[in-house]
This record gives sequence, C-alpha cells and structure tokens, in this order.
Amino acid sequence: MNSKAIRLKLSPAEKREQNWGWFMVAPTIIGLIILNMWPFIQTLYASFCEHLGFGHYKFIGVENYVNMFQNADFWKATWNTIYFCILTVPVGIFLSLLVAILLNAKIKGKGFFRSVFFLPMICAPAAVTLVWRWIFNSEYGILNQLLGTSINWITDSKVVMITCAIVAIWSAIGYDAVLLLSGLQNISKSYYEAAELDGAGKVTQFFHITLPMVSPTLFVVLIMRLMASLKVYDLIYMMVEDTNPALTSVQSLMYLFYRESFVAGNRGYGSAIVIWTVLLIGIVTLVQFIGQKKWVNYEV
Amino acid sequence: MKSNSMVHSKKTVTAITYIALILGSVVMIFPFVWMILTSSKTISESMQIPPSIFPAQLMLDNFVEAVKSLPFMNLYINTALMILFRVLCAVAFSSMAGYAFAKLKFKGKNLLFTIVLVQMMLPSQIFIIPQYQMVAKLSAADTVFALVFPGLVSAFGTFFLRQAYMGIPNEIGEAAYLDGCNQWQVFTKVMFPLTSSSVAALCVFTAVFAYGDLMWPLVVNSDLKMMTLSSGLATLRGQFSTNFPVLMAGSLLAMLPMVVLYMFFQRQFIEGVAMTGGK
Repeated sequence: MNSKAIRLKLSPAEKREQNWGWFMVAPTIIGLIILNMWPFIQTLYASFCEHLGFGHYKFIGVENYVNMFQNADFWKATWNTIYFCILTVPVGIFLSLLVAILLNAKIKGKGFFRSVFFLPMICAPAAVTLVWRWIFNSEYGILNQLLGTSINWITDSKVVMITCAIVAIWSAIGYDAVLLLSGLQNISKSYYEAAELDGAGKVTQFFHITLPMVSPTLFVVLIMRLMASLKVYDLIYMMVEDTNPALTSVQSLMYLFYRESFVAGNRGYGSAIVIWTVLLIGIVTLVQFIGQKKWVNYEV
Repeated sequence: MKSNSMVHSKKTVTAITYIALILGSVVMIFPFVWMILTSSKTISESMQIPPSIFPAQLMLDNFVEAVKSLPFMNLYINTALMILFRVLCAVAFSSMAGYAFAKLKFKGKNLLFTIVLVQMMLPSQIFIIPQYQMVAKLSAADTVFALVFPGLVSAFGTFFLRQAYMGIPNEIGEAAYLDGCNQWQVFTKVMFPLTSSSVAALCVFTAVFAYGDLMWPLVVNSDLKMMTLSSGLATLRGQFSTNFPVLMAGSLLAMLPMVVLYMFFQRQFIEGVAMTGGK
C-alpha cells in the first residue's frame, strides 16, 4: 500500500531525480531513435520495395526476397560468408589461444610480444590489406618467390578465399589473444598447485583446469569473432576489386550488399540482403548460445 | 626437491615458448617491414626476380607520388576530426545516459534501456542505406558532419558505461547529494571522474573503430578531399593497381599516426580493447 502510494505521487526530490534521468538519457535515446531505430524500420520496409531513385520507393511485396532466393550470386555470397567463417574462426581461435597460453608463461618481454601481436588491430584494414596484396602478388610477390611457386593467390577462384582467411586470421589473432589472456590470468594458481601435488601432468592440467576455466572467455571470443566474420566486408573489398575474375568466389554477403545498394543502386534488393544477413547472424548466435551449455563451464 | 630432469624439461619448455613467440612475432611484423622496405624502392626494383630485400637507396619519391595523387593533409584532418567528434559524442552522451540508467530512478527506464540493448545487437550495416538517405536529404554528403553522423550516439558506449557506473557504490553519490550537490554535480564532480579507466577504454574503442571503418566513408563522401584515410586508400588502390611502392608509401602514411599513438599508449590501447571486448 505504502509503496504504491509513493509510486503514484513522487516527492519533490524523486520528481527532480526523474527529470534528471529523462534529461540525461534524452540525447542518446533521441539519437538512437533517429539514427538507428527509424533506419531499421526503413530498411525492413525497403526490403519489400523497389527503389525508384533519389530515395523514393514503391511497395512490391516479397519480390526482392523471391529474386534473392532464386539468384545464384546471392547463394554463392551466403556460402562464401559461411565458408569464410569456417576457414577463419576455428583456426583463428585455436592460434589465439595458443598465443595467449604462450604469453601467460613466465617469460621476459611479455609486454613486447603482446604489443607485437596486437599491432594489426590498430591499423586500418585498408592499409594492411594493401601490403598483403603485395605479398600475395602472383608475379612479383615475396611469398611465391620464397615458396618457389606461382600460385595466383588473389585471382584463382579456388585459392582467393584461403588468402583472405590468412589475412583475417593474422589481423584478429592479437585481439582475441589479449581477451583470452585476461581470461587465463583470472584462473587461480592454487588449482595448478593442487593438480601438481596430485601428480597431474601439464596436458592433464590443460584439459582439466585451463580449458574449462577459460571456456567462458572462449565463448565470448567465439561469439564476437563469428558475428564479425559474418559481417566481413572491408578486407575482401580491399583484396578483391570488382574487376577481379575471382570476385564471385569470394564476395561476402556484405560485399554483395554494398555493390547492390551503392554501386548498382538497387536499395530495395540490398535491404533484403542485409535483412537476410541479420537473420543469419541471429540464427548462428542463437545456436551458439544453445550449444554453449554443452561446453562452457560457469563457476558455481 | 626438484629432480635434474624436471629442471631440464622446464628449460626446454621455456626455450620452446620463446622460439614460438619469436617466430610468431616475425610473422606479425614482417608485413610492416616489407611495407617500409618496398616504399623506398623504384617500381622496377620492386619487380626484380629474384627479389631485392633492401632498397638500393633511401628515397621519398613514392611518398611524393602518393601525396600528389591523394590529398593526405585533408585525409589526416578529416580522419582526426571524425575521430575527435565521435569520441566526444560517445563519451559525453554515453556517460550521461549510462549514469542515469545505472543510478537514477525514472519512469520508462527499462523500456528505454531495451532500446539501447536492441540497437547494440544489430549490425551497423542494417542502418546504412537510410542513414545515407538522411545525410543526402540534409545535403550534408561530403562533409565532416557526414563522417561523424552514425557515431553521434553510441548504444554500446551507453551499455558499457552503465556497467562502469553500476560498479560504483551508491553511497558515494548519496553522500555527495546530502552534502548539497544536485544530481548534475554528483554526476560531473563525483561519479564521472571515477569512471576514467572505462572512459579511456571507450575512447580507444571508438577511435580504432572509426579509423578502420571503410563502408560508411566510402558511401557518404565521394569527394577525394572529404575522404578518410581508409577510404582514400581504397581510391589509391584503384589508381596504382600495380605500382606497389606507391601503394606501400600511401599505406604507411595512413598508418603512421595511429602507430605512433600506439607506441606511446600501448597499455591503454590493449587494456581498452580488452575491457570493451570482454564485456
């Protein structure tokens, strides 16, 4: 009764607090409504429209989606995106964990190594991709020279995705390793001491202590990496220009979205692609959240 | 008492750790070294077979060429202003909202916070077409404002700083309130300074993201003078598709400011990203 009465009639101090609350969230909320919420609704609507030019749309129902699902390029882009995740996420996370474990050892120069592995993170993808293009150049690139091969790393449709995956893994390894390292550092030393007394070897310790204890961080990294990989665009865009014959073998959904929306001007169709991508990200994330119960170990 | 063999094996493990880390570091650094070396080569030198490792001379011709084709001064200024305004907006608005969501009671709080959460989960590409249309309608394409536009508010920043304020005991704010501060003073004088490490992390996160972002600046600013370093490089790639020494010089110029900042603030960069990532 009492609390209800209070809720109905605020004291002057509470009223002031409420006004301050509204005032302080106002810029963010108004901004989010104008910059995000309204655009989200517009994109959703536009995906059922044909773009007539200059931001004018005509409602055409599900036509964009029908066209999309019948389009080979679209399915190829969906597969490319998934293939990119398959190539980069498991290997990338494995290597990141390895680096994190190495950095967690008692060694000198830890800070230096950490900074080195982290370096690609602060460089714009556009800049680092250009040097990788040079390294992977089929005629004069240093990699083919070193290997004594003549692989068309960037123009061979069978190879180009692997090339992009290598660059993606190289770029993300330090970031993921830093996150995993902070997870490893949170593991109490006493577990290892107890295991050592019981005579457990390093390998047993890794599988019975390290891996379960770091699994929550591993899960965060996995989710973030998956979400980022499903949205991949800049790296592939810089690596493979639209005149490259291998484009369709490497074009991701977001690359296709960019080309349809801003190069070809099919903003309705582009909106349908982006809605599809969001659904895909949602499904993948949901599956991960269900799957985590099997392997992620939350301390009680 | 440790047996001899155990000490021995421990030494081996340490040695392997060092070797692995050094090898890894070489792989990480090599592209940057190769970029620097190539930027000082002539085009014919860069195409030698077998390749020449070191340039025959130290020369700036490629940098001159890159600066001639891309207005780097403008790109630096545009990128710096974009980062500055995005960081200022993210810190100011997200701090206010984060504080209010964490510490104040007001009607509609849960609903409004749900808006923040939903926006945070959605990828930014879903907003791009309408955002671009808004900028076009405002006749603001090819301006610094256009570059800043999607970063005027930050759902992630709000969420992240709310966490920071939740970690501060209520008593601290209440004590200041009883001492006669009003809500705004409690926020600016007492609470905001306590979140400095989170604010620093948000600054780093916002800056690194804005600096690397490619799709938005490409879409919204097509005038070469109004591009960012990232989108400018994409243009340079088209111009000099085979002249790698110039491309390397351009990339180097684009990377330099951030790398210098990183050298001075390594710890803040890494911890900032670790904090924002491990949310």
